[in-house]
Amino acid sequence: MNLLVLKLIAQRIALGILLLFLVSILIFAGTQILPGDVAQSILGQGATDQALANLRREMGLDDPAVTRYFNWLGGILQGDMGTALSNNRDIASSLWGRAQNTLFLAFWTALVAVPLAIILGLVAVRYQNRWPDRAISGTTLTAISLPEFFVGYVLMYFFAVKLGWFPSVSTVYDGMPFADRMMAIALPAATLTLIILAHMMRMTRAAILNVMQSAYVETAELKGLGGLKIIWRHAFPNSVAPVVNVVMLNLAFLVVGVVVIEVIFVYPGLGQYLIDHVAKRDVPVVQAVGLIFAAVYIGLNMVADIVSILANPRLRHPK
Amino acid sequence: MKYLRTIPITALLGTALTGMFLFAAIFAPWIAPYGMSEVVGDMWEPSSAQFLLGTDNLGRDLLSRMIYGAQTTILIASLATLLAFTMGSVLGILAAVLGGWMDQVMSRGVDILMSIPTLIFALVVLSVMPSTMLVLILVMGILDSTRVYRISRAVAVDVNVQDFVEVARLRGEGNSWIVFREILPNALSPLVAELGLRFIFAVLFLSSLSFLGLGVQPPEADWGSMVRENRQGIVFGVPAALIPAGAIALLAISVNLVADWILRRTTDLKGGRGG
Amino acid sequence: MSKSNELQFLSEQVIKGRLSRRDFLGRATALGLTLPFAGSMLSGAVMAAGPQKGGILKAGMQGGESTDSLDPASWTSQVQHSFGQSWGEALTNVSPDGQLVPRLAEEVGSSPDAKQWTFKIRRGVLFHNGKELEASDVVATLERHSDEDSKSGALGIMRGIESIKATGKYEVVINTTEPNADLPFLLSDYHLMIQPNGGKDAPDAGIGTGPYKVTEFEPGVRHRAVRFGEYWNLDEFGHADEIEITVINDSTARTSALQSRQIHIANRIEPRIVQMVERIPHVTVQSVSGRAHYVFLMHCDTAPFDNKDLRLALKYAMDREDMVNRILRGYGTVGNDFPINSAYPLFPEGIPQREYDPDRAKYHYDRSGHDGPIVLRTSDVAFPGAVDAAQLYRESCAKAGINIEVRREPGDGYWSEVWNNQPFCTSYWSGRPTQDQMYSTAYISTADWNDTNFYRDDFDRLARQARGELDEAKRSDMYRQMALMVRDDGGLILPMFNDYIEATTDQVVGWDPHPMGEMMSGFALSRCWLTA
Repeated sequence: MNLLVLKLIAQRIALGILLLFLVSILIFAGTQILPGDVAQSILGQGATDQALANLRREMGLDDPAVTRYFNWLGGILQGDMGTALSNNRDIASSLWGRAQNTLFLAFWTALVAVPLAIILGLVAVRYQNRWPDRAISGTTLTAISLPEFFVGYVLMYFFAVKLGWFPSVSTVYDGMPFADRMMAIALPAATLTLIILAHMMRMTRAAILNVMQSAYVETAELKGLGGLKIIWRHAFPNSVAPVVNVVMLNLAFLVVGVVVIEVIFVYPGLGQYLIDHVAKRDVPVVQAVGLIFAAVYIGLNMVADIVSILANPRLRHPK
Repeated sequence: MKYLRTIPITALLGTALTGMFLFAAIFAPWIAPYGMSEVVGDMWEPSSAQFLLGTDNLGRDLLSRMIYGAQTTILIASLATLLAFTMGSVLGILAAVLGGWMDQVMSRGVDILMSIPTLIFALVVLSVMPSTMLVLILVMGILDSTRVYRISRAVAVDVNVQDFVEVARLRGEGNSWIVFREILPNALSPLVAELGLRFIFAVLFLSSLSFLGLGVQPPEADWGSMVRENRQGIVFGVPAALIPAGAIALLAISVNLVADWILRRTTDLKGGRGG
Repeated sequence: MSKSNELQFLSEQVIKGRLSRRDFLGRATALGLTLPFAGSMLSGAVMAAGPQKGGILKAGMQGGESTDSLDPASWTSQVQHSFGQSWGEALTNVSPDGQLVPRLAEEVGSSPDAKQWTFKIRRGVLFHNGKELEASDVVATLERHSDEDSKSGALGIMRGIESIKATGKYEVVINTTEPNADLPFLLSDYHLMIQPNGGKDAPDAGIGTGPYKVTEFEPGVRHRAVRFGEYWNLDEFGHADEIEITVINDSTARTSALQSRQIHIANRIEPRIVQMVERIPHVTVQSVSGRAHYVFLMHCDTAPFDNKDLRLALKYAMDREDMVNRILRGYGTVGNDFPINSAYPLFPEGIPQREYDPDRAKYHYDRSGHDGPIVLRTSDVAFPGAVDAAQLYRESCAKAGINIEVRREPGDGYWSEVWNNQPFCTSYWSGRPTQDQMYSTAYISTADWNDTNFYRDDFDRLARQARGELDEAKRSDMYRQMALMVRDDGGLILPMFNDYIEATTDQVVGWDPHPMGEMMSGFALSRCWLTA
């Protein structure tokens, strides 16, 4: 590790934090532009003008936006996310429960999907254009091109309704035994794995193929090293950057984009929580969840960049 | 030019299927047996001589809807993907070549764009702008270009420090030469692999936008939305959702078969071992 | 033992818990009975044996969100409604045939002019926190909901109330500003759950007098409650030991959970899949025609809908039968462009049914002189199948030469941006306890939600007269005139009244359909029981 690399990494982290602040402003502004009005959305179709005016006043919606932004930011920095407008519950505690569920599902899915994708990618390169490659490509492509709810319903139909191996309703709750929890997330995790597998696997395959023609790989081949070993030891490390980026995109998806899966399997994660509150224009919650999602993206992108810097030999050892 | 003589069978198949889809899309009004929105039968009729693929959730001929759906699906998804790719890859490689603060500004801008939940982004933009096809393509293209940007930048940074790029730089070549002549050809294979998938993501994204009420206006429909419209039949074995889903998968596979072939061509071009 | 005796014996064994359902069905079919028949024979026997205590009754329901609260004033959805009816109680209930049933009020009486109402409060009723129910709690509750500053969904109902007073420990007197013959019916509203001190101290504490005590409340995910041992009427309510509602907003997930027996009751079975749900062996579909309806709304004061001929043209261009068949799959009845059907008391009989008549629509359309496309705004949230219904309507209008342009709006923000703002859109109404309540909520000039911008003085006058009229014949005639005004002059196109469709597994007994609302009007969880 040299100084230049350290400096690059430090810069990258500082920028990440700065970004988070910029994003917080954007999120705040964005939630102001959203069509509709918090009070109207909370009271729904049955709102009277009087009740609307009362609610608006009570929620401080008449204050200027700048005041509200700084109040909000100040609260967040002290770990206070405020209370939800719609049901007066403490946001931080409800959010934490939901976030734990989301991370639980994302963690186990990633644990299966990421290594599996990379192994399949390596195998596909090893047997390039032969039947294992074709089979892997064909299956993963089919899985990825089916809408996610379709994959979910099909798995649910076979494994929950027909075979009865797993529950179709994946509701998890506090104090649920670990084994039950794992049973509950089996189907959503399987669905998510199928959805993200193809993307990572194909990028691994393509990125490795891209460096397979390089002189050093041919040298290794001439040295008499065998197929998978060359790929693993020589080609893969040099194609890490695009693969890491794709892995990060998919990890971010697991945290941020799984709302459809949550709805289908009735899994209490962040996505459904966000959608409900967007629909009710519950601005403090939307802002809090938005900020968490932004932090996930910014954090993961940062990790991807740092890994890329570390993986690139020329950047590690500049001339 | 030996690769022209040895177009593999898979690539031919992919081209043929893609061609078939394009044909259906272009000549939809002439080959569809019924009108797009015409209610001709009962809900979810099985396939018969009258309705080759059966009917949909409202009793419209599924085959006709599929053919018309090909138009909107392929048009919007391919234009959005094209936009995402041109913008994402050129900017991404440029960022890698320029480096320094330009790179930082562009990359962090992309980080910001990515970090806003897509749902909220689409809601905000599409609620301010009219939901026309052009706006749809722009929104989808721009959102997707951020993902392409990150990957192409990552690949390009690696290529950028290779000897041949430095040689070109020493020769005094301009940035556009380095982007288009030196780096792009050498970063092509991961990008082409990404292209095939991005196209599919665009098809699926379009359907989720339609679901939110932001996509294609009824009675027009894209394939993804057709899967959605008929989704309740899935667990009861009604094939109406299976057909558009299968069509998307088939389109995905054929587009990717073509992409794979291009990918192999580009790796061949760089010398090294043959196919 | 003869065959019928043996069956009798077997079903008794099931009821006593010595034989499982599955074994019973197996043995009954061995005796040569067909499965559905054996099943119905068993449920008949089980029903006759009376309620069984025990078990955990689980419902999977659409309509819960993570924004939900236990404060009755804030309730809008069916999950809150069903859960609320399990832990809370109102003064009165309305029976399936539209009769008033005493609940926390033992007796209701009125002055001859229907302006003063006296409620005798039941004695010895305990709240879940151990406190005894008194008149002051009732007064406080009603006060909280009638406060103009409150956000209560019942505020509209409380408007006509002048004063609420406790005239004894167990007696409440309510005075209304105008005669109102319907007041006791209105107080059955599910927002008006009596809470200790009216919930003024802790509105969302979830403490009531109902048969179940809240144990778990995770908004939009799961609600649980356990039987309240000191409940005053355990003969009729609170049969299961525990009840649980899991929020399952996805229709397919709900039916799958029912199929795999993870839940006993599922609400909102979509008409499109009812026939397939019926084929699941252990599931029974429960449907009841209610008062809820799907509507297409025109603003009577906005061009081009300010033209009566155009409104009539659009009404005649609606193919109601086709809507009921395709959108509701027959689980509903055709509407007649006024918001009342025979589920209401004093329904005006004999008003001719408006039929689909493209020629007549064309005639009125030509007379209106309108030209060009008419924009109809819709969204999937307007009602299930609203976008489909709009497309069907577009086709049936096209046959009359009317060009409808369907515009799908984002579901998000539909109620604030489109409904009540745009001159032509789709929407829904759930029923109201009385005709007066329906009209005064949405059709009189001063109504909060006059979503067709229907302003007619003679209509308002009639509504006021009918409200104070205690003579049913006269009242009935007034409602008839009002219905005709809305039907022939209003901006309402009402193609269909939708049935409430739910499904239960064969373990659920005691289901008694209620036209007032879903899930037996919210009483399903506290009134049904489980068999082995």
